[in-house]
Amino acid sequence: MKKMIASMIVSVLTMGVAAHAQTLQIDGSTTVGPIADAFAEYFKSVQPDLAITVKKTGSGDGAAALIDGRCDIATMSRFMKPEEFQKAVAGNVLPVAHVVAMDGVCIVVHPSNPVKALTGAQVRDIYTGKIANWKEVGGSDTPIVVISRDTSSGTYETFESLVMKKQPMGAGVEYVNANPQAQSRVRTTAGAIGYVGLGFLEGVKALSIDGISPTRQTVANGSYPVTRPLFLFTNGYPKLGSVVHKFVTFHLTEKGQELIESKGFVPLTNY
Amino acid sequence: MSNAQISLTLEPAADTRRPMALTPGEDFRGYLASHLGRAVLFLMTFTSVLAVLLILLFVILRSFSFLSGYSLVEFLASRDWRPTAESPVFGSLAIIVGSLYVSFAALLFAVPLGVLAAVFLSDILSWKARNVVKPVVEILAAIPSVAYGFFAVLVLAPWMQKHLGLSTGTNALNASLILAIMALPTIISVAEDSISAIGRELREASYSCGATRMETMIKVIIPAAHSGIIAAVVLGMMRAIGETMVVWMASGNATQIPHPWWDVSQSIRTMTATIAGEMGEAPEDSEHRGALFAIGVLLLILTFSLNIVSEYFLSRAKKATGKT
Repeated sequence: MKKMIASMIVSVLTMGVAAHAQTLQIDGSTTVGPIADAFAEYFKSVQPDLAITVKKTGSGDGAAALIDGRCDIATMSRFMKPEEFQKAVAGNVLPVAHVVAMDGVCIVVHPSNPVKALTGAQVRDIYTGKIANWKEVGGSDTPIVVISRDTSSGTYETFESLVMKKQPMGAGVEYVNANPQAQSRVRTTAGAIGYVGLGFLEGVKALSIDGISPTRQTVANGSYPVTRPLFLFTNGYPKLGSVVHKFVTFHLTEKGQELIESKGFVPLTNY
Repeated sequence: MSNAQISLTLEPAADTRRPMALTPGEDFRGYLASHLGRAVLFLMTFTSVLAVLLILLFVILRSFSFLSGYSLVEFLASRDWRPTAESPVFGSLAIIVGSLYVSFAALLFAVPLGVLAAVFLSDILSWKARNVVKPVVEILAAIPSVAYGFFAVLVLAPWMQKHLGLSTGTNALNASLILAIMALPTIISVAEDSISAIGRELREASYSCGATRMETMIKVIIPAAHSGIIAAVVLGMMRAIGETMVVWMASGNATQIPHPWWDVSQSIRTMTATIAGEMGEAPEDSEHRGALFAIGVLLLILTFSLNIVSEYFLSRAKKATGKT
């Protein structure tokens, strides 16, 4: 209650200072952050007096910020946990989920690698170190160079939750700190396996997982196994026509879809 | 000019308009100005000292909850570093070994090269050429480490895979080579200073005894300058052990101790890379973040002791040459 009064006072004061300045606070996932950034940049370019801040501190922090009323939109790469939901409802915040895009992580190898398909379990065994040579999965006799993204990236988070299933990665796994770097390491290393977003497949070969190869369609309809939806959470459904409403529905516009694709994610449209 | 009238001028000074004895007001102002000036200068100097103390305090405080709650033996002796697992394990042995491993391997390349280059610069190259070459060598230190990192990943790593037949190009060897290049300017610069500080007398005494130029360099000058050279090596090692971006990009970051130990073609992970790579994702007040700060404390202890060693040898070098 105190916080609400305080925020009301602050908003009244800021209204007094700048009559039309609108602010939009966004907090949450590092994965969804780039989408929110791109949207925010576009919103600011068409409406210069709009002040948008995008923080990328993790999905959990986003949920906490929404519950505390510290942000208007929480970006999350997972659905809210039951505890978070209950805490929100207890604090008179009604979380509403808006799916903005799909995130598919492609398992990639060097183009010269004869292996074309793996199962999810095989990929997991490679990353835990149980499988160390390509001949064990039907390839040539080459040691596997396992490349992972750094543990602070959203891509790692997706891969870890959907492929590793809580099993620890092996000691020999190498870590690189960006999608382009993972791509270039796999492109230049004959025995390498790595994982990158859909936008980073040039020069590498994406494997089909459990018989399904990653494409825009299979990611958009969720049949590719390493796929997850990305969320924006608001407190209740936003007032129609408000900035928050425009923001959470922006992914439906052509420009929004273009921005989502430019960040390596997949728009929801499936045609 | 009433002041001039009451001034007690005993003998003509250069500036006769100024009083020799000060009025109480002037005296007080002078007192204040000199002491205030001192205080301001002291504060400015103290800021950097304070920064060091605060960093030390901050890092220790932040790691305290972790160090008091986690088994110190496991932290120092376990090789498993699994911070995000269901039941997290924070064993930093492989990471500490990784840091020391690449630093010593880098010195293996950089010390012979650096010391010989320093001898060449100070004793063989003409003074004119030296004045061109030395600044150029020092420019090496000004290249941003991320540029070295790109070179390591995009040029050196594929080259190693192609021509040395290694399965992975981002490994201990790659990181050490790049670190060696980065430590070179420090080593060359400090070693060259200490070698040229050895006076003409020693060289001429050696020649007069019939020693050749090479004998003079190897048996007289390098031993005489050994304190400075050791200091140069330690400073180079500090550069290597504290470097972050390059090892993060070039070492592969696999949490393992090479087996067998001399196999430099395996990926390793260093303390700096671990902190830089994981700090962003470790939640505030979590055990993981505490563990990263604890690694920071280890790193600080390591660099502080290296710093003390280098200070010791530098002061000895100064004493030996009689120059301060």
